[in-house]
Amino acid sequence: MADTILKLNDLSFSFPDKPVFSHLNYNLTTGTFLSIVGENGVGKTTLMRMVLQELKPTSGSVEFLPNRQAVNVGYVPQFRNIDMEYPLSIEDFVSLNQAGFKLPWRSREEKRRVRQILAETGLVDVCKRPLGEASGGEKQKAYLAQALLDEPNLLILDESTASLDPIAKNELLTLVKQINQEQKLTVIFITHDIPLARQYADSYLFLKPNHYESGLITDLTDEKVGKMNNV
Amino acid sequence: MFSYPFMQNAYMAGTLIAIISGIMGVFVIARNMSFLTHTLSEIGFAGAAFGIFMGWQALNGMLLFTTISSIGVGELGAKSSRRENSITAISALAIGLGILFLSLANSNASYATGILFGSVIGISRQNVIQMSLLSAGVLICLLVIYRFLKFDSFDPIGARVEGLWTRTLSVIFLVLLAFSVSVAAQIVGSLLIFILLTLPAAAAKYFVHSVGAMAGLAVVFALLGVWLGLYLSYVTNWPVSFFISVIEVICYFSALMYNRVRS
Repeated sequence: MADTILKLNDLSFSFPDKPVFSHLNYNLTTGTFLSIVGENGVGKTTLMRMVLQELKPTSGSVEFLPNRQAVNVGYVPQFRNIDMEYPLSIEDFVSLNQAGFKLPWRSREEKRRVRQILAETGLVDVCKRPLGEASGGEKQKAYLAQALLDEPNLLILDESTASLDPIAKNELLTLVKQINQEQKLTVIFITHDIPLARQYADSYLFLKPNHYESGLITDLTDEKVGKMNNV
Repeated sequence: MFSYPFMQNAYMAGTLIAIISGIMGVFVIARNMSFLTHTLSEIGFAGAAFGIFMGWQALNGMLLFTTISSIGVGELGAKSSRRENSITAISALAIGLGILFLSLANSNASYATGILFGSVIGISRQNVIQMSLLSAGVLICLLVIYRFLKFDSFDPIGARVEGLWTRTLSVIFLVLLAFSVSVAAQIVGSLLIFILLTLPAAAAKYFVHSVGAMAGLAVVFALLGVWLGLYLSYVTNWPVSFFISVIEVICYFSALMYNRVRS
């Protein structure tokens, strides 16, 4: 049996005035590309904030296996404050994630590592361009590269494709899928775009207010989506 | 010009100020703290006036006031919507207090203008030594936290996600800023200090695209302003802060124009 990397044990969460989800159980297998789908406001990001341990569940638990230290979570958030005038180059932005009590200038090894990630994410040719002037797809790739620099074994993409055109969406997810398959990186992709989830994910977790369903992505038929939408 | 000890002191102090302001400015700009820096300089004015009232050195009063308030403002700053109004209120209070202390100290108007607009002849060798020590302290702290500060300033969301100690960093940065404001106010005066702490870095970001290069270029712009400003002030006998502000404003608008032409 394949290893489990993350377990949601009877997880419930409610804001003071409103329950978000209740009694959620899910085992995430190592190397899976999981898509968490559902309309806006059903608690997808709330769930991820619990995985990131920024929010405490009302009851139940989020468990990392074999232990918390063994799982390095990389998170690509939905929003970032990058405007047209953002000055850092793509390379410098990616290398921000080399923090620590280190000398201000990067070592040869650190530079080599950044170059390697830029190559993996197809950003080498544009790495000197200011991030503020980069296209939406290049920005998302840079956010992804920054998260990958820390060598995560669980990568969370929070609506990363929401603002992209169809070509850029597919380019980004093809890249993530490739890393997922080659490096056995476990991926959680949060989206409300079900066709896109079907195209790239292995499994799904469909959240509805006070209801959820999970399974293999091939089981997420139009009929099931229709049924879930009527719950 | 350099045969006069006061000009030697002014150039030594000015060089230190330009280095500190240029580097700190990069983070001030990235963290959108220009307005807060301006307020800290007004708090510095109140502190300097308090120092004179108490019979201390103006710099010590400045350090006391700016350090305490930088920690306080850091706490207020948690919610940005609340921050602007709070800063305006504190700024008004600081200027009021500064005027009160100067009046209570029975000091003459030249003291007030010295604090507000800076002075070249007011810098003693002892001031230079004290400023060197403070600048060295700020630089060492910056070196130690540089990588963390860079991440938190240029990508606060990423830094939070990676679990950086962003709150502590914010307070440390504000205290360093308070020290920088107090040091720099010695030459350009408290009203114009934000010029050196914002404009060189704001101009640099249009030319280079890494944090290190921005800091380097910001120091060059700040040095240009301070060295040339001191020289022109010596030749014309006009206030040094006037020349520094004109030079830095020219640097900034040239950078804006360069950016427009480039794009």
